[in-house]
Amino acid sequence: MAEQMEGDVIGGKKIQEKYLRDEMMPHIFCNGCGLGNVLDYVLWAVEKEGFDMDKTVFLSGIGCSSRIPGYIDADALHTTHGRALGFATGVKMANPELNVIVFTGDGDCIGIGGNHFIHAARRNLNITVIAVNNYIYGMTGGQVAPTTPEGHFGTTAPYGNIESPFDMSKMAIAAGATYVARWPVYRPNQPINSIREGLRNNGFSFIEMMSPCTTAYGRRNKFREIKDLWDFYIDNTILKEEYEMTMKFGSEEEKEAAKDKIIIGELHKISKKPLEDRYRDLVKELME
Amino acid sequence: MKYDFQKVKKVLGKEKQFIHGDTALCYGALLAGCNFYGGYPITPASEVFEMMSKFMPKLGGVCIQMEDEIASIASIIGASWAGAKAFTATSGPGFSLMQENFGYACMTETPVVIANVQRSGPSTGQPTLGAQGDMMQVRYGSHGDFEIIALAPNTIQETMEFTIKAFNLAEEYRAPVFIMADGDLGHMREMITIPDKLELFDRKKPKVPPEEYVPFGPGQYGKKKVPEFGVFGTGYHTYVTGLTHNEQGFPATDDQEEHDLLVRRLCEKITDDREKLTDIEERNMEDADVALVSYGMASRSALGALNMARKQGDNVGYFRLKNIWPFPEKAIEELSEKVDKIVVIEMNTGQIYHKVKEFADCEVRLASKIGGEPHSPKEILEEVE
Repeated sequence: MAEQMEGDVIGGKKIQEKYLRDEMMPHIFCNGCGLGNVLDYVLWAVEKEGFDMDKTVFLSGIGCSSRIPGYIDADALHTTHGRALGFATGVKMANPELNVIVFTGDGDCIGIGGNHFIHAARRNLNITVIAVNNYIYGMTGGQVAPTTPEGHFGTTAPYGNIESPFDMSKMAIAAGATYVARWPVYRPNQPINSIREGLRNNGFSFIEMMSPCTTAYGRRNKFREIKDLWDFYIDNTILKEEYEMTMKFGSEEEKEAAKDKIIIGELHKISKKPLEDRYRDLVKELME
Repeated sequence: MKYDFQKVKKVLGKEKQFIHGDTALCYGALLAGCNFYGGYPITPASEVFEMMSKFMPKLGGVCIQMEDEIASIASIIGASWAGAKAFTATSGPGFSLMQENFGYACMTETPVVIANVQRSGPSTGQPTLGAQGDMMQVRYGSHGDFEIIALAPNTIQETMEFTIKAFNLAEEYRAPVFIMADGDLGHMREMITIPDKLELFDRKKPKVPPEEYVPFGPGQYGKKKVPEFGVFGTGYHTYVTGLTHNEQGFPATDDQEEHDLLVRRLCEKITDDREKLTDIEERNMEDADVALVSYGMASRSALGALNMARKQGDNVGYFRLKNIWPFPEKAIEELSEKVDKIVVIEMNTGQIYHKVKEFADCEVRLASKIGGEPHSPKEILEEVE
């Protein structure tokens, strides 16, 4: 784990003044949406890592979470649905000096953009992906997503979802990402630390943020209050360390209770040379 | 990063070479300073990618194999924003997959160059054979209102030269520029001469401080309707979106006037220069009663037909369109005033034929051939008589 936060370097108000575009306010996010939290955590991480905003590019696809870069005062490419990682590959490979951060949603990342996602991870492109998982297509009005849990409702699953959902983080690990973490938005410190860790990792970093969509998801799934969704995350998640201990030393009942929970925390961390460094080595060798 | 021109020439080798069209696309791009290629294999364009893979790392440029054509076009648009001169080549099925992001390149005014080494469709069609079936798709395939620039070479030398020209135009107009080659041209070999020196155009960069920079409005110097390009990482903090945006680049999706202003400027920056972009090759037009209008590979058959007709003593002329889009409207109008009949020769079921008909004030006939074989001169002359 990254070191704990060293207290407020600058206050929240100053973070807003330093990083956000005033002219873009008010933002488009609904009451109770987790995207404000996610944006906040990323900015804190960027601040604490001391990233130069002149040398940082934010990219996104299409969807609610993909609107985030619009609010950040930096270079940004708000691209087509699912394709942000294709664009990001071009940006990073053409100028490896740029820090590249991609915002994407569950539908954007693993639905329409699934192929780009697994290949960007496989290449271990040195970028950080913030995948905001709200388990639904929010912007288009609540259609079922590849992440929607079985039995949950969407406008295109009015009788309940009959399909099995994707686990984005597991997919990232399997595809070759070198840093993977998953956190619900109700915990502020751990995601900030994980995002910092992701920004520092010289490779493909994937941070899945479980984020409530009250408007399109909550109200169709008996989470009428904002608190209901947060409670749902609390009841249905388990820290990786706790999960491992339970599976090793827990009673049968404890194991049974833990087995279907969503594992959160720092899920994967390995060291591997990223694509652009490999390419640079090749160029160096051939140009000599 | 910029290449040293002499270094490129050295890497490419001898001044005179016997190469095929796909290699010529690669040579042209490298000579123009292309330093990013995002590709995906497809017949008959794969050799462009293979040559790029060989030369790019030697020059310090980037060549990467993406997971599909959607990602190829996405990667070159991203690379262009990071300051690269970016290129991809494909054929029919890949070209279809790229359509959405062509619109994105138009909307975000991103200079990129795309070569379509056309093959027969629909669908998988005839992968190894030439065709001209994507001439309308290149112009109208992506959704919404937009304009693009497309060039159609007919020799290997010209394929190389048009690729260089395409890069210059993309940089000048901040727009995607297309080279509409075909499978026959791509795989046909001819002698080429690598040019001694070149005039290259680089996109205009903003000279004003970031707070005065207008990324999507009128140009502050240079072309009136083409804004300067604030490369990522140079402090201009440009927000680039495919949504309807105002001059600052911020979404203005429910503003009728902003949309009108933006889309009309995007179209007009190209159509205002329609005549400047018009490029025609004429032969035996002085006394011609019938004009053979053609482009690309089909124009080589037209040349055969011209020679045959002239031998028979018929007053036939040759009128080749070197640029297809923006369509040379006035040139066709004027042509139709001079001749009694126009025969449009195409390796499709009639695409540019309809465009010619729209602007010609004389009889217009179509000599259509599909199936992967070019026209025989006789087949063309049947439409002349």
